[in-house]
Parts: sequence; structure tokens; C-alpha cells
Amino acid sequence: MRIRRVSAIALKELLQVWRDPRSLMLALLMPVMQMLLLGYGVNLDISHVPTCTYDEEGSQLSQALIARFQASRYFDLVAGLDSQRQIRHAMDGGLCKLVIVIPAGFSRQISEFHHASVQAIVDATDDNTATIATAYASAVVQGFSNEVQMRYEALRGGTVVAQPLAVQSRVWFNEDLDSRDFIIPGVVALVLALVGAQLTSLTIAREWERGTMELLLSTPVTPLEMMIGKLLPYFVIGLVDAGICLAFALLLFHVPFRGAFATLLLTTSLFLVVVLNIGYLLSVLIRNQLGASQIAMFVTIMPISLLSGYTFPIDQMPAAIRAVTYVIYARYFVTILKAVFLKGSGIGALWGPVSALILYDILVVWIAGRAFRKRIA
Amino acid sequence: MSEPGAEPSIRVAALTKRFGAVTAIDNVTFAVTSGELFGLIGPDGAGKTTVLRVLAGVMAADSGSVQVGGVDVVAYPEQVRARISYMPQRFGLYEDLTVDENIRFFADVFEVPRRVREERAARLLAASGMQRFRRHLAGQLSGGMKQKLGLTCALVHAPKVVLLDEPTTGVDPVSRREFWQILYGLRAEGAAIVISTAYLDEADRCDRLALMHSGGLPYCEAPDALRARMPGAMVEIPTPRARAAREALASVPGVRSVLMVGDGVHVHVDDARKALSDLERALAQQGIEHTGAREILPSIEDLFVALLGNAAAAGRKAGAS
Repeated sequence: MRIRRVSAIALKELLQVWRDPRSLMLALLMPVMQMLLLGYGVNLDISHVPTCTYDEEGSQLSQALIARFQASRYFDLVAGLDSQRQIRHAMDGGLCKLVIVIPAGFSRQISEFHHASVQAIVDATDDNTATIATAYASAVVQGFSNEVQMRYEALRGGTVVAQPLAVQSRVWFNEDLDSRDFIIPGVVALVLALVGAQLTSLTIAREWERGTMELLLSTPVTPLEMMIGKLLPYFVIGLVDAGICLAFALLLFHVPFRGAFATLLLTTSLFLVVVLNIGYLLSVLIRNQLGASQIAMFVTIMPISLLSGYTFPIDQMPAAIRAVTYVIYARYFVTILKAVFLKGSGIGALWGPVSALILYDILVVWIAGRAFRKRIA
Repeated sequence: MSEPGAEPSIRVAALTKRFGAVTAIDNVTFAVTSGELFGLIGPDGAGKTTVLRVLAGVMAADSGSVQVGGVDVVAYPEQVRARISYMPQRFGLYEDLTVDENIRFFADVFEVPRRVREERAARLLAASGMQRFRRHLAGQLSGGMKQKLGLTCALVHAPKVVLLDEPTTGVDPVSRREFWQILYGLRAEGAAIVISTAYLDEADRCDRLALMHSGGLPYCEAPDALRARMPGAMVEIPTPRARAAREALASVPGVRSVLMVGDGVHVHVDDARKALSDLERALAQQGIEHTGAREILPSIEDLFVALLGNAAAAGRKAGAS
């Protein structure tokens, strides 16, 4: 292998990317847009559920309960209704997803029977949101109920027993239980996989399409020199993209970063080698920029977003699907990123996924270094 | 000029290449010595490009052998590639790189030392009148300049074997002359040059010509030796009514064929002296005005028709236009 030839190819490739607005946009603008879209778009937390109230009673007590809902960040009170028909109307029209109905005689039932019911009507077209919203609504009502009970106990001069038993949970690593903190590191992996494979899927195909390949084939460049020379510039671009993603994660989404920068750099490099080689391999095989980039998109976005564990936890998948996730190279990087960001893990603690990435590196380099045939047709 | 007894730079033996049912190269054998300009001519589809691609090592042959400088191209392609320079028919340079950047890329790929590169590039660009365009993007150059840049990039590593596939197609006459001057200089330095061309007037500039026809290579000789092979003689008759003249002359006894050329017809006859008066008479009968008929040296195009038949010439013309 001759360094001179490798650097000639790398320099040429870099100049071409630099002068091609489309490639440049793909390299630098895509990660920005994807970080924004995926970072803001994917949020598993249920908050600001549009909620309507139907207060049949209109007493001080019922208003106090509604005020509780108003105070909660999980609910946005959009309207107060005043008939059963309006409930139907509000749900169908998509005005709200939840209606809290406080029946007439609510206060009287509490004072006379020490028991009253509040109705929550929920739009369960999205069952996940529905379940969580119902649970939050129950919690609000429960809190209110405790308070009411305590007040009664106090009035009767009894001892105030708040709760006989309570779980004191302490959350580690993601104290705010903010799903964004948990998702953003995964988004970084997805963005790098997508942009990296897209960029390199164009390189060899571009030579074929523009008719420059025949001449290049007649030169003494070896397949290995070709691969390294072609991928080097994109490796640098990939690291720049990783920097962009990191900046977004930390400065815009305020994801905590507890690990070492060196760990991040090393593991990102290992991941980029896999990603770039996959794009390169597609480019060698397909010889057509559009086709290669579409397939790169297809083999990247679907498997990674579904099976890497970046949003959907792998532990909760059926055994057969869980087995498939071991093939998804991004799953290892997602695991690493979450651990480095949230737990501050070092290489030692991550030897499992890191060695999986290294195995992948060896495999793809071995295949891609040989894939290029110095022949027409 | 080829030196007798010298070890050939290129030796092709019994080369055959098929694409499915089509035989693109059919058992072709030839050798090119260093310091020789070897012309491949023939109609489109005759197999010229395929021969050059196999020589350049970018396409595998089905059978036969190709040696460059005594080294087998099939077995040791990388060894051979360092000595070869190949200029494909389609422009193969990077249009989004400048003239200088293209030259530098190919010099680096062939590991030419920087000083040598500077010196050679300057000389080649001066010879083709391109110094002013060194910072222009290759894509902005005219067709002729692109070809000259292609030649510069091809020659920057001082190759011993130069393979050029129709390099002067689309090149203006002035640039073509510069192009050939560079090739003559290269020949003087001892390179073996194989060039395919669609311009038959260029063929006369070659030391030897190989006439390709449907994959085969029936004739391979110096232009004058080829002319000597042509039976009969060639008569030129300038006339504004070439088409009518061709019809009038085709049936004259002793006429083998009539070819329309730019300003008249070329008539291939068995014997020029005997035929001249018959031809004049035939034209006079039809009232076709013309200036004096005279015997000429057959052009390469005439040879082509005489040796390979009219079909080949028609194919070539269609391809060249």
C-alpha cells in the first residue's frame, strides 16, 4: 500500500465534496436537520394532554379538583364543557384527548359517604398515551383525595396519617425521568449511521456515473488503497458530524454528559468505520448514485430506528426479535452512547459492546477492502 | 520507427473476447515495438475499444495472451499498470477539479516525484497551448482542450506504453496538430503508442496500421505496404455531381468500385491507364461536367473500401459523423 496514492485519492475526494453543494449539504446540514427533527419529534413523555372538564356540580370542592389538573404540567385544560353532548363533540373534533367529569352531588357524597367518583373519559386511539394519561389523571385525583381526607381528619381532631405505606423511589442516571435524555444519545447514533452511509454510498458510484472510473481502473491504485483513500475524508466529515450532534445534544437538548470525551471519540470512530464501509460496499456493488443512496437509507433508517434500542427498549422485545437486534451494529453504539452520556461509563465497563463494534469493523474492512474489482463489467 | 530485432513492448497473441454471442475480438495477434506509432482503424463496433481495454488491463480477455514489456497483463496487472498510460474514449478526468489538480492527482497516483511532475506538466501544457488554463476547472474546458488535458495527465508519468482510444475525436484541427506533435515527441523518446482513430487522414501519420473488421485484424502493415496490397489503381475525378458520376461510372468495364469524396469521386479500377479514357467517355455521355481525371495514391479510406468492402466504409462513416 502506498501512502502517496491513498492521500491523492483522499485529497481528490475531499475537493470534490467541497465543490459539490449537494454532498456538502448532506455532510453538514443533514445532521443538523435530523438532530432537530428527531430530537424534538421523538419524545415519549406524555405531557400537555389536551383536557376538557365537565363540572356538573360547580362547587368549591369540584373547582379545587379542576385547579389541581390545571396546575399539573401533564394536562392542558382547553375548555370547560356543560353537557354530555359536548363531550362527544369535543372528543370527535379532536379538541381534547381526556375529559374529566365531576358529577353533580360530588361534595355531598364526600361529606355524607366519604366516597365519591370522578369520571375520566379518554380517547384511546393511541393506547400508550391513553394509558399514561389515565394513570396521571388517577394520580392527580388520588393526591386530591388524600388532601381531602387529611383535612377531614384534621377537622375531626384525629391524628393525621398521610399514607400508611409509601415507596420512596430514587431515580439514577436520568433523574428527571426525561425520555429525551434517554433518546438523544440514540438519535446521535442514528444520525451518524444515516449520514455516514449516505455519503460513502455515492463515492464509487459517482466515478462510474461520471465516466472517470475507466481511467482510474487503468492506474496502479489497488482495491485497498481505493477503499482507504475514499473513506478517509468521510471519516473526518463523520467526526465533524459527531461534533455537531454532540453540540446539539448538550447545548440545545441539555442532555447530561458524564463520560469521558476520549471514550466518546474512540467509540464513535469504531462506529464510523462500520457505517462508512457499509455505504462504500453498496456503492461498489450498485454503481449508481441514486440506487446506492436509496438502499443505504433503507438498510439504515428502518432497522436502526426499530431495532437498535434507541427508542424501543430491547429488553421488552419478543425473544426472536431480540435475537435479530444483535445483528444491528447500531445497537452496540446506542448502548455505549447511553452509558457514556448518562452513566459516565468508561471503556472498561463497555467492553462488551465495544468488542462487538471492533468485530464488526474487522468484518466490514475485510469485505470492503476486497470488494472493489479493477475491471469493467 | 520500429527497430528490427527489438523486443516488442506490446505482444498480443491469439486474443479473443466475447460478449455473450458477440465475438468482440476474434483471435487477434500483433506486436508493437518501442518507438512505434501503431494505428488501430476500423468501423465502430470492429473491436478497437475492446482491444485497448484489454491492453490497459481494465477488461479481462477470454483467451490469448497480452504482454507488456515482457510482463503478462492478466497475471500481473498492477506491475504493468505503472508503465502503461491509457486514455479512454470517454473523457475520464474530474470535471470538478482544475487542470492542475487533475495533473497532480494522476502524477501522485503514478508516484511521480514533484519536481519531475512540475517540469513535465509545464512542458506538456506549453506544447498544447494550455498554460493559461491551469486554474480552470476541467469541466469548463472546450472539447479539444479536455482531450489535450487528458493526454497531459496520461503522459505525466512518462509511460513506456501509451494507449489512446480515439483521442482526437471532437478536437479542432489546430489542437489535433499539437496533439500529434506531442505523440511524435513521445515516439522519439521510445514509447510504444497504440492509437485508435476515426479520422482516416490521421492514419497515414502512423508507422503501422491495423485494420480491424468485426473483431478480426486482417491487415497489419505500414501505410505504404498496405497501399501496395491494393490491387489495381485509384483515379480521382473532381466533379460537382458526385452522385450522378458514381452511377454513371459503376458499370464501366474495369471499374471495381466508386467512392464519393468531398469534391468528386474516387474510382477504383483494375488499370488506371486503360480506364482513364473509358471513364472520361462515360461522364461525357451523361453530360456530367468534371475536371481532369488523374491517377492518385489511394487514401486510407480508399484502401479501407478496397480491402474490407463497402459495408465497412459505410459503417465507419456513420460512426465517425
